[in-house]
Amino acid sequence: MDILSMTAVSLGAAIKKKEVTVREAVEAALDRIGEKEKEYHCFVTVDREGALGKADEVQKKINEGELTGPLAGVPVAIKDNMCTEGLLTTCSSKILGNFIPTFSSEAVRNLQKAGAVILGKTNMDEFAMGSTTETSAFGVTKNPWNPEHVPGGSSGGSAAAVAAGECFYALGSDTGGSIRQPASFCGVVGLKPTYGTVSRYGLIAYGSSLDQIGPLCKDVTDCAAIMEIIASHDPKDSTSVERKDLDFTSALVDDVKGMRIGIPRDYFGEGLDGEVKKAVLAAAKALEEKGAIVEEFDLSLVEYAIPTYYTIAAAEASSNLERFDGIKYGYRTKDYEGLHNMYKKTRSEGFGAEVKRRIMLGSFVLSSGYYDAYYLKALRVKALIKEAFDQAFSNYDVILGPVAPTTAPKLGESLLDPIKMYLGDIYTISVNLAGLPGLSIPCGLDEKGLPIGLQLIGDCFSEKKLIRAAYAYEQARGAFGRKEGK
Amino acid sequence: MAKQYETVIGLEVHVELATKTKIFCGCSTAFGGEPNTHTCPVCTGMPGSLPVLNKQVLEYAVAVGLATNCTITQSCKFDRKNYFYPDNPQNYQISQLYLPICRNGKVEIETETGKKYVGIHEIHMEEDAGKLIHDDWEDCSLVDYNRSGVPLIEIVSEPDMRSSEEVIAYLEKLRMTIQYLGASDCKLQEGSMRADVNLSVREVGAEQFGTRTEMKNLNSFKAIARAIEGERERQIDLLESGEKVIQETRRWDDGKGESYAMRSKEDAQDYRYFPDPDLTPIVLDDAFLEEIRSRQPEFREEKMARYKEEFDIPEYDIEIITGSKHMADIFEATVALGSQPKKVSNWLMVETLRLLKEKGMDPEDIRFSPENLAKLIKMTDAKEINSSVAKEVFEVLFDQDMDPEKYVEEKGLKTVNDEGALKKTVEEVIAANPQSVEDYRNGKEKAIGFLVGQTMKAMKGKADPGMVNRLLKELL
Repeated sequence: MDILSMTAVSLGAAIKKKEVTVREAVEAALDRIGEKEKEYHCFVTVDREGALGKADEVQKKINEGELTGPLAGVPVAIKDNMCTEGLLTTCSSKILGNFIPTFSSEAVRNLQKAGAVILGKTNMDEFAMGSTTETSAFGVTKNPWNPEHVPGGSSGGSAAAVAAGECFYALGSDTGGSIRQPASFCGVVGLKPTYGTVSRYGLIAYGSSLDQIGPLCKDVTDCAAIMEIIASHDPKDSTSVERKDLDFTSALVDDVKGMRIGIPRDYFGEGLDGEVKKAVLAAAKALEEKGAIVEEFDLSLVEYAIPTYYTIAAAEASSNLERFDGIKYGYRTKDYEGLHNMYKKTRSEGFGAEVKRRIMLGSFVLSSGYYDAYYLKALRVKALIKEAFDQAFSNYDVILGPVAPTTAPKLGESLLDPIKMYLGDIYTISVNLAGLPGLSIPCGLDEKGLPIGLQLIGDCFSEKKLIRAAYAYEQARGAFGRKEGK
Repeated sequence: MAKQYETVIGLEVHVELATKTKIFCGCSTAFGGEPNTHTCPVCTGMPGSLPVLNKQVLEYAVAVGLATNCTITQSCKFDRKNYFYPDNPQNYQISQLYLPICRNGKVEIETETGKKYVGIHEIHMEEDAGKLIHDDWEDCSLVDYNRSGVPLIEIVSEPDMRSSEEVIAYLEKLRMTIQYLGASDCKLQEGSMRADVNLSVREVGAEQFGTRTEMKNLNSFKAIARAIEGERERQIDLLESGEKVIQETRRWDDGKGESYAMRSKEDAQDYRYFPDPDLTPIVLDDAFLEEIRSRQPEFREEKMARYKEEFDIPEYDIEIITGSKHMADIFEATVALGSQPKKVSNWLMVETLRLLKEKGMDPEDIRFSPENLAKLIKMTDAKEINSSVAKEVFEVLFDQDMDPEKYVEEKGLKTVNDEGALKKTVEEVIAANPQSVEDYRNGKEKAIGFLVGQTMKAMKGKADPGMVNRLLKELL
């Protein structure tokens, strides 16, 4: 049996049927990691011992009927910005290079309760700031489809690990596209849930009002199953929402008849790669052929999303990252004279260039005399963007468009031109500003053989519509995935 | 020659709220635990931790706002105040800048110059910081986060006060109001109430305010009064010698009776306040405000007026007793148990105040129960014990709050009312003190006092002195 080619849900079923043991599944993933990590570098930390130990413990609970969920025993990888008790959690930053949390994030706890076995912590852009996973302090991750290209980011390690078969699914976090864009670049499914659906407790904050945890996985069925496990109302997170509609797998229905799908013209203008455009419109066509009503419309305000996002996210980040000061945990500079020199040297040495850039940007927009002109104005634009979406969702069930303007760029290209990298977030960012759910699903390959992603955007709390549309599209599209070569 | 100056004072008063747990986590607010034992990921700023507002903090803040005639901001929120310091684990303090919970209040104060209102600009909620402890042995600083996240309200007055008397009256008024609400014990010495004084001077009749300074480290009403006098003099001296007052924060050294500059306005940090995205806006509906309003206690002025109506006790006693909500509660409960108000008041005014003073305690620290005080009064009323025994018993009651009836029984302190037994002792005393008997018979009235004392001594204090006196006179 080829364990590695299984989806998470099919592996879970095989474990339940005793066709595969948890240990076999974990060993298969660890073997793949051992074989491919040198090349792809998806992980910051691989917890070999922990995973094998956990495998036996989980197997016992499955055998005793204590664990019956669909993903019990399935090995998972966790983005390295989610706290894992006793396991190094670095945010891919030197400043947290030695940080071992005393507690686990709520999403991870939910997974553990469902019998997940954590393989390790995946690489990311430092503090989730970046779109390529190249800003990591611990080396770049490579795209398994073509290692000369980036996997996207900031959840690049998670997306690449799923694509490379180094895990069966992974958790990522999405502040401006950090799940959907790497999912698109790596040819996997990724979902950024409605803000408040998955607890942020234990997620090391980047932009608190925008951050959401979500799954990266092989298909839409896995996506729905993972969501049912990680979504929960958490009293420890004031922004957590109590929802009654968390039965995401009930939306795995191959039927989009009458579903109203809007295509924003603004998402198909200048800057969009021709091959990406073609593949995305073909996907829309496929849904139309299944009975969906597809229409073009004007979303408006799209060009304001990027400056608005970089103002709000940077402002929040500049404050969120203040706690990394060398006093309580993490990196502290070796030689210093007095407190302020310690702060200065610790943070200068501990943070990378992109993080410093955003801290400076955020400190500037919050500083006295600029607050109204930048931060408050950005909040107003954010409200207007939400209104534009509200307007659109009075006409449509789902908005369909590309995830990113291009397929995965080559390694090194983006860092030379950060503005260009920021512009690459144009189709994903407004979803975070409006707090909406967004799903990324592969819809083809470009001439270079790199995956193209289709983005489905829904109104708040309408993940089930996205899952239904994506599932129907997936049925029409047929199998997608790469065979690990050689 | 000499110009006349007016002092203009506004206060920023921090009050530690009496919640059991911290403002954004479930850790205990209890004082005096081992360092870093009342802590968790939230109040130590661990990565990934998130704050959740303690609702009791809201209730106390609204109660104080209503009691000080504020407008309650029914849609308010928390902001982050960003600054780096090791006692502040996140390097930002969660506070309120843009939409504080209470605004535009006022309280009435009374001084020798009459009554006036002091305006309250705003009241906001915030978290306290931890404590830095310097370790001289290791030559390093250590941080204790037990206080980190203890809830505070900051009450910012308008610059409406003109003298230290007014400042003290305003602080007393705030303290009394907040203690009556049970929102804080407001102890300056222990830091559960802290006042920073903003002070400027201007020539009498001037319309513009002068440049103000902010004075910190004021741990008692006396220190506040001294600091105000000192700063007023300092600013006037500067102006008289043609110099300018610099806007700055100063630290008062009460021992030396002088202040020194901590930082000037030019060094002021930009706190980069912005709404805390981890906490959702707080919406307080009318029903919530109504509920808090309905739970407001009888405040001091109302209580004083009622006491004057209901109880025949001196006005001075009323002032002292209502000066502590706790003492007033004990007074009322004891009276409710059937004791005569005048007698209860006497026990509180004389013996209780004496013992509090001796032991350096506050009225808030009184531990004896109204039930036991009522029993003691009942026993003295029934002449089961005499007044000196009662005082002895009360001292024990003050410390241990035991049942005085049992105590008197066990210790055998009951007054001997058996005339036969007493007569025998009196006769013995007369026989043993012929000189005093002689003196008495020779017209030295005072000598009987000595004989009474001897009898009481022989009775180990358990006799009714009135009866002893009568018997002595009869037998002599």
